[in-house]
Amino acid sequence: MDIVQMRGITKRFGPVLANDHIDFSLREGEIHALLGENGAGKTTLMRILYGLYRADEGEILVRGWPARINSPKDAIALGIGMVTQHFALVPPLTVAENVVLGFTDGFALDRAAIERKVAEAAERFGLEVDPSAVVRHLSVGQRQRVEILKALYREAQVLILDEPTAVLVPQEIDALFKTLERLRAQGLSVIFITHKLEEVMRISDRVTVLRDGRVIGTVETQKTNERELARMMVGRETFGVHREERAVGEQPVLRVERICANDDQGLPALKEVSLVVHSGEVLGIAGVGGNGQKELAEVLTGMRRPTAGRVVVDGKDMTGATPAEFTAAGVGRIPEDRHAGVVSELTVAENMALEYLEEFTRRGVLDREAIWKHAEELIQRFQIKARPTDRARTLSGGNLQKLILARVLSRDPKVVIASQPTRGLDVGATEYVRQQLLEQRARGAAVLLISEDLDEILALSDRIAVMYEGEIVGMLPAQEADPERLGLMMSGAVKERQEAYAEV
Amino acid sequence: MLRFKIEKTGAPVWLRSLIPVLALLLTFFITSGLIIWGQANPIRAYYYLLIAPLSTRVSALEVLVKSTPLILSGVAVTFAFVAGYYNIGAEGQLYAGAIAAAWLGTVLGGLPPALTIPIMLLGGFIAGALWALPPALLRVKLAVDEVVTTLLLNSVMLFIVSALLNGPWRSPVSGWPQSPEIAPSTMLPKLVPHSRLHLGFVVAVLSVVVLWFVLSRTAFGLKMRAAGLGREAARFAGVNVGRTMLIAALISGGIAGVIGVSEVAGIHFHLIEEISPGYGYTGIIIATLGTLNAWGVAVAALFFGLIDTGAQTLSRAMGVPIYLGEVTQATMLLVTLAMLLLQNYRIRRA
Ligand SMILES: Nc1ncnc2c1ncn2[C@@H]1O[C@H](COP(=O)(O)OP(=O)(O)O)[C@@H](O)[C@H]1O
Ligand SMILES: [Mg+2]
Repeated sequence: MDIVQMRGITKRFGPVLANDHIDFSLREGEIHALLGENGAGKTTLMRILYGLYRADEGEILVRGWPARINSPKDAIALGIGMVTQHFALVPPLTVAENVVLGFTDGFALDRAAIERKVAEAAERFGLEVDPSAVVRHLSVGQRQRVEILKALYREAQVLILDEPTAVLVPQEIDALFKTLERLRAQGLSVIFITHKLEEVMRISDRVTVLRDGRVIGTVETQKTNERELARMMVGRETFGVHREERAVGEQPVLRVERICANDDQGLPALKEVSLVVHSGEVLGIAGVGGNGQKELAEVLTGMRRPTAGRVVVDGKDMTGATPAEFTAAGVGRIPEDRHAGVVSELTVAENMALEYLEEFTRRGVLDREAIWKHAEELIQRFQIKARPTDRARTLSGGNLQKLILARVLSRDPKVVIASQPTRGLDVGATEYVRQQLLEQRARGAAVLLISEDLDEILALSDRIAVMYEGEIVGMLPAQEADPERLGLMMSGAVKERQEAYAEV
Repeated sequence: MLRFKIEKTGAPVWLRSLIPVLALLLTFFITSGLIIWGQANPIRAYYYLLIAPLSTRVSALEVLVKSTPLILSGVAVTFAFVAGYYNIGAEGQLYAGAIAAAWLGTVLGGLPPALTIPIMLLGGFIAGALWALPPALLRVKLAVDEVVTTLLLNSVMLFIVSALLNGPWRSPVSGWPQSPEIAPSTMLPKLVPHSRLHLGFVVAVLSVVVLWFVLSRTAFGLKMRAAGLGREAARFAGVNVGRTMLIAALISGGIAGVIGVSEVAGIHFHLIEEISPGYGYTGIIIATLGTLNAWGVAVAALFFGLIDTGAQTLSRAMGVPIYLGEVTQATMLLVTLAMLLLQNYRIRRA
């Protein structure tokens, strides 16, 4: 029996057709994966079901009855709960307070009573959380459990999870999946949004694949495989990146010695981080977001001054150098936030020239022809879908990243600092970016890859360092690494070879 | 019940290009209400405001005279705003230039105009730039908000002018608060005999060309635009954002200083407190209406010059208060800003 049916759902955002006559049904007691690349329209469809957006066309049936869902309140009343990609918790409040927030019967809050009720609910659904803990102090995985508990406490029979694994380490993912299996056994229906095939195969009963706002198909998980799903999702076979084994160079090109730095609040974010990257090597930095990776990347691109330590590039002391000096020293920089890497209101050609302006200037006057030619050349070489005169802001995420890659890699940099280089990109663009990074490695560049995507780290790195709370807590050759071991280090449970620096 | 919602979408191109026209029509529609309220005929009023000034040679030249400080002010403000430096202090920098002109005009008497006039213009530029320097330094070195500091310095400058005119420069003959008249050889030459149009207009036109050239053709212009449009991204790409802003601020102050020279040496020939009826502030409006584009700024300034001239004709002919000109300008700004903002939204039936 279908607990939810969505029929002919269509949603436009201006010119973008985010959902195009989508039919989707959810059976009672199943885990139904909603699979699709970034931008396929998964989030939009679920926000419609939860009353956050209104569909332009189409109807929704809940338990066979037509439903008008104009707000999350309506959805909750129908037993639908959603955990969004960005959590909606109030950090200074306790778990119990967050759970009952907006769902209390009386006026007065009896703290002990609500904690007892929330503890009961947590027990019943098998969610391990401490009701009296303050949310601010919880890890991401714990916060997610609170969000799930919040939905279940409101008597949700349908639970929507939007990319719930994106923020978790492998061990937390395992725990989440166990929880979902238990909840399914209790009769809960779950919609599980993801773009990871392996998760679909592991947890779901059925899977619906979206591409470009349309349903490509709904299949029983038992009767399909990753290959078929990938083809449905991307519209062609994926090949993955091709990585040649080769000896790592002897030459240490980038040397970071006991670097300390503060974050924007002035609190220590990097604590004596030391590492070395050789020519022809990819050093991957794994870790859950917010453990100092951003600050490390900023120190190495000249955007943040370290408070102690040294950065040496090719024998030259670059500690505290400016971004322009890093560029001049042969450090190519791919920023974490693509939009912070280009001036979105300037044109593609201007953005491509900005970093090397002296080359395009004669006595202070821009050589516009040279800027134009340079842009056309890079556009062709890096297959960017844009014209030199387009404003950067009009480019898609993938093309914007190609613009940045083009700007950096066309210079044959000695060192490449790549920070979350494929975040938010579709499969095609992701492959392209990874392939480019490997080509840099083959060319002999020293590549420092900072990524929260473990698959990416494992696929590209020669050595892997793990960051936790501003420290390198482990450093191992890629052959010895596996998700379990890295996951343990990422969660701070294990420290391996604290003196990672001594190893090189 | 009908329900509506507002969606954010980009405006189509045809609408974007229509915006100035629509803004103009809407402005006249709104101000017509005021004119009718003042018991006058709006059609006739607009004839005096917009057409009459252009119908005779004398008043057409007067439009250019009125536009001169407005063009310079719009250019001065644009130089700063483009780089993301919000210089609200053009008014004070203008007076700094005026003081320099009043002083140089009395000491350079013996030299030929070919020498004195460049010195006057340069002196005014330097004075304006110097007055713009402290807030710019505070901004770049200590991140002190320039909007506040430049605005406050305007009042400080007015006190200085007042102190000078009531102290050392008070006219010994009449007792008026006005500086001694500058030497004839330091006065800006007239462009057209028997009119008030002077060399300052040429300087203003040149400033527009320079603005256009710098912004679109030079490396520094590209750095300024990058710094103004995306500070962090510009820094990431190696632009020295602080230095770029500082230089932009000084150029902006310098050009504002030139307005003071143009008004003292071209119109009044001595310094008085009422040299500027707020040109420095009007420049902000003009720069905004001109969308920080050299030609747009020139058009907006000429249009404002026309309204300023027309408002005088209008009030003489029909007895409507002269403030109508300013009201029209202010309405125009509000309407244009609102349209620029609202063009990105669509109202739809929910
Ligand atoms: N609020 C919005 N305004 C404009 N466009 C949107 C909005 N939300 C989503 N989109 C667009 O709709 C498409 C589908 O997005 P989304 O549903 O978030 O995809 P997914 O969750 O599968 O990654 C994308 O092209 C996205 O840019
Ligand atoms: Mg999404």
